[in-house]
Amino acid sequence: MRHLIEIADIPIHEMDELIEKSLDIIANPDRYSDKCHGKRIATLFFEPSTRTRLSFEAAMQDLGGNVIGFAEGSNSSAAKGESIADTVRTVECFADIIAMRHPKEGSAYVASQNVDIPVINAGDGGHNHPTQTLADLLTIHRELGRLDNLKIGCCGDLKFGRTVHSLITAMSRYDGVEFVLISPEELQIPEYLRSEVLERNGSTYTETTSLKHAIPDLDVLYMTRVQRERFFNEADYIRLKDSYILTPEKLSAAKETMRVLHPLPRVNEISTAVDRDPRAAYFRQVKNGKFIRMALILKLLGVK
Amino acid sequence: MIIGSIVNGIVIDHIPAGRGMELYTNLELKNLECEVALIKNASSIKLGKKDIVKIGERIPLDYDILGYIDPRITINIIEDGKLIKKMHPSLPQTITGVIKCRNPRCITSTEQELPHVFKLTDRENGVYRCIYCETKAKQSKEQG
Ligand SMILES: [Zn+2]
Repeated sequence: MRHLIEIADIPIHEMDELIEKSLDIIANPDRYSDKCHGKRIATLFFEPSTRTRLSFEAAMQDLGGNVIGFAEGSNSSAAKGESIADTVRTVECFADIIAMRHPKEGSAYVASQNVDIPVINAGDGGHNHPTQTLADLLTIHRELGRLDNLKIGCCGDLKFGRTVHSLITAMSRYDGVEFVLISPEELQIPEYLRSEVLERNGSTYTETTSLKHAIPDLDVLYMTRVQRERFFNEADYIRLKDSYILTPEKLSAAKETMRVLHPLPRVNEISTAVDRDPRAAYFRQVKNGKFIRMALILKLLGVK
Repeated sequence: MIIGSIVNGIVIDHIPAGRGMELYTNLELKNLECEVALIKNASSIKLGKKDIVKIGERIPLDYDILGYIDPRITINIIEDGKLIKKMHPSLPQTITGVIKCRNPRCITSTEQELPHVFKLTDRENGVYRCIYCETKAKQSKEQG
C-alpha cells in the first residue's frame, strides 16, 4: 500500500499490522512521541470536517511531526479554479504526506496519481472514507479481542451509508464473520455490495427490518442514521424512524459483551440514555481513530 | 439491400442490433477516405437481428472498443476477396474515452481535463465501473 484511497487498498496482512501497531502505540505512547520528527503532514480539507481533520493533526503531533493545510475549500486555490493535480503537486514541495478531504468522488485517487508522496483519502464525497473504517476495526478488535467469528449487525441507512459499505467490505474478508443487515426495505444495501463483495467473499448475511428481533444475537451493532430525505414520503419516514432508534429498552435484550459503534455525528438514532451503558463504544471509537491514523502515517512514511 | 462485397478490407459482423452507429462513432470511421458501409438490422441466425460494418481498407482497429461493445462481435479480414482471418475481441480490462461518467458527484464533472476511464470489475457480467467514483457503466451485453 503506497496510498490509502479505499479500504480494499489494504491487504489483510497489512490491516493486521496496522492494528498491532496501534495497540503498541496505545501501550507505549512515549516510544512513538518523536518518530515523525521533521516530517510534515498536509491536511487539505476542501470541505470542512473538523472531527476528521483534528484526528489527523493530533495523530501527527503525537508522533512529533508538524502540520500544514487548510480547513475549507473557499480559502484554497481550488476556489480560484486550480486543478487537484496542480494543488497537490505544489503541496508535495512542502509536505511528506497528504490527508485530503474533497466533496467530489474520486478526488483523492486523482491526487494520488499526481504525486510521489503518500495520499490518504480523508473522505471523497459520499464515496470512500477508509480511515473511518480503520477506526471501526480497531474498536471492534479492542472491545471484543478479535476480528473473526463475529456476528455484526448493521442498522439504519444501508443503501447510502458509505461507512457501512466500507465496514462490510473490510470485515467480509475475515473468517466466520456473519452480517445481519437491519434496515427498512427502501434502504437495503446496494446490489454491487451483494454481488461484488458479500457473494464474492462467500460471506453469510441475513436481512431483516427489525432491530428488536436481531439485537439479542449480535456481537457488534453498527448504527447509522436514517435520514428523512431518503424517504419518498413523510408518512413512511414517521412510521419507520422509531424502529431504528437504539434505546436502553432495545439494548436490554443484547448480550453483555455486545458493542455499539457509530461513525458519528449522531443525531437521534441512539438515545443519549444509551451513552452511559458500557456497551456504548462510539466515543472510544473516536479515540481509536487517532491511534490507527498514527499507525497509518508511520506505515505510509516507512517509519518503523 | 445489396452492398458490394469487399476485396480488401474488414467486415465487422454480429454487432448487437442498434449499436453499429456507436461503433462507427467510437472507431472514428467517419474520418476514413475509403468505402464504409453500416448495415442496420440485418437478419441473423445467432442474434435475430444484428448490425454489420464493412470497411474497404485494412485499417488498424481498436479491439478494446469492439470488445466493450460485445465480445461476440466477429472481425473478418478480407484479402483479394478471400476471408483470411476471423477473430473475436475480448473484454478489455480498461477502456478510455469511450464511456462518459454521468455521475454529477464524480470528480470528472468538475475537472474537465481528466480522461474518462472505466475498468472491468465483473468479467462474467461485463460490468464496467468509473475508476474515480465506481459508478457502473450501462452494460454492453444487456443492450445487445
Ligand atoms: Zn465517475
